[in-house]
Amino acid sequence: MLHNDIAVNGDNAIALAWKQIDPDVCAAYPITPQTIIVERFSDYVADGEVNTEFVCTESEHSAMTVCIASAAAGARTVTATASVGLAYMWEMLGVASGLRTPLTMAVANRALSAPINIHCDHGDAMASRDTGWLMIFAENVQEAYDNAIMALRIAEHKDVQLPMMTCLDGFILTHAIERMTPLDTNKVKKFVGEHRPVHPLLDHKNPVTQGAMDGHDFYFEHRLQIADAMEAALDVTKDVFKEFGKLTGRRYNLVERYMCDDADYVAICLGSTFGTMKATVDKLRGEGKKVGVIMPRLFRPLPSAEIAKAIDKRKGVAVLDKFMSPGTYPPLFEDIVSSSLSLKEIPKMYSYVYGLGGRDAKVDELSTVFTDMIDGKAKKVNYLGVKK
Amino acid sequence: MAVVPGGRVIEPGSALRFETGDWRSFRPILERSMCIDCMTCWIYCPDDSIIVKENKMEGFRMTHCKGCGICAKACPKHAITMVQE
Repeated sequence: MLHNDIAVNGDNAIALAWKQIDPDVCAAYPITPQTIIVERFSDYVADGEVNTEFVCTESEHSAMTVCIASAAAGARTVTATASVGLAYMWEMLGVASGLRTPLTMAVANRALSAPINIHCDHGDAMASRDTGWLMIFAENVQEAYDNAIMALRIAEHKDVQLPMMTCLDGFILTHAIERMTPLDTNKVKKFVGEHRPVHPLLDHKNPVTQGAMDGHDFYFEHRLQIADAMEAALDVTKDVFKEFGKLTGRRYNLVERYMCDDADYVAICLGSTFGTMKATVDKLRGEGKKVGVIMPRLFRPLPSAEIAKAIDKRKGVAVLDKFMSPGTYPPLFEDIVSSSLSLKEIPKMYSYVYGLGGRDAKVDELSTVFTDMIDGKAKKVNYLGVKK
Repeated sequence: MAVVPGGRVIEPGSALRFETGDWRSFRPILERSMCIDCMTCWIYCPDDSIIVKENKMEGFRMTHCKGCGICAKACPKHAITMVQE
């Protein structure tokens, strides 16, 4: 496959995945660092390389509204956004999951305003984490591309029927050019298969109403069904990973572990930091320190049982959040702490907030996460790389 | 009763089973002698509460009439008045 490798940035990689998928509809509004995705994809539309109906909307709120309507009609639908664009969609995010429209959206993770900042952190995704969307994170451009393809299969599965966000770190992945192995287009088409929507609006032989008043009669039950679908998505995702692994040789897990077998101290992170953390672990292993790193590839639903297994019997667990929740603990930390409650003995856990607004987190800073734990200097909540 | 995911209503006409008549605080009264069977009330009724038989306006389906008063407002002959329940 090596001769097929291309040099591509994350945004172009997602546009390429969409080109190969040839979705029915894409409705989008540009926002940095996502813009290249829809810009490049609109080229494919204009050049007749796809059959997609491309809708230029006047805002992200409208983009998501069009996507929901289109997916409800039965069309395979994609979009992309970032930062305040995702925030502007927020009202409609819950409608997408509530109506069980299985559209997919690439989110180029970027800090939320204010003060204004176009660079990477996970503020946008984390602020949307309770809206009923499936969420998957990518370590590199290859995974951003792979996730964009696999997401359709997970979202559209009849037991799931939920929208899915595929998150990639803004600039770090969206704009940096990496080497990647794309699939042949016919293999992508075969893998995603034909979209078989459940109760689509355009099935005139089986008329259906969507978005009807629910009230106290069934709202609770419908919300519970979303929770059940999330639970089902764990197995569905595992199956999709397995099938994708057979096709590509790239084998993914709900929770990825690196050098964890004998590790006393582990760190947990999301996104591109997993790569930097692997280099950090390599360096510290060279110094004889028993450390490892873990990434929950799937963030919603949270693979809680796998996380508990991965942190069981460690001397210390550091949870890295590229986001902070002023007034409480950051979300990934809270999720890991909650996941640990099923363990007999709960390991010591530390929260590390890092990389806000694109603040660099390199091997030297990230090493201190482990050395702090080893030296007993780690506090309950730590802020990494803050100017004194 | 099966709860359909997403709150989709997959059976046409099922609103017939959902009686909204108890929402009403005003009820429509028809003065039959003034009615010209123009069907304006039938067109305007947001529910299915105007009973029509053989092109004649025959009154109101009170199981579903919410008492909104649109029929009274729309009637060109002022043959419908709203009275408090």
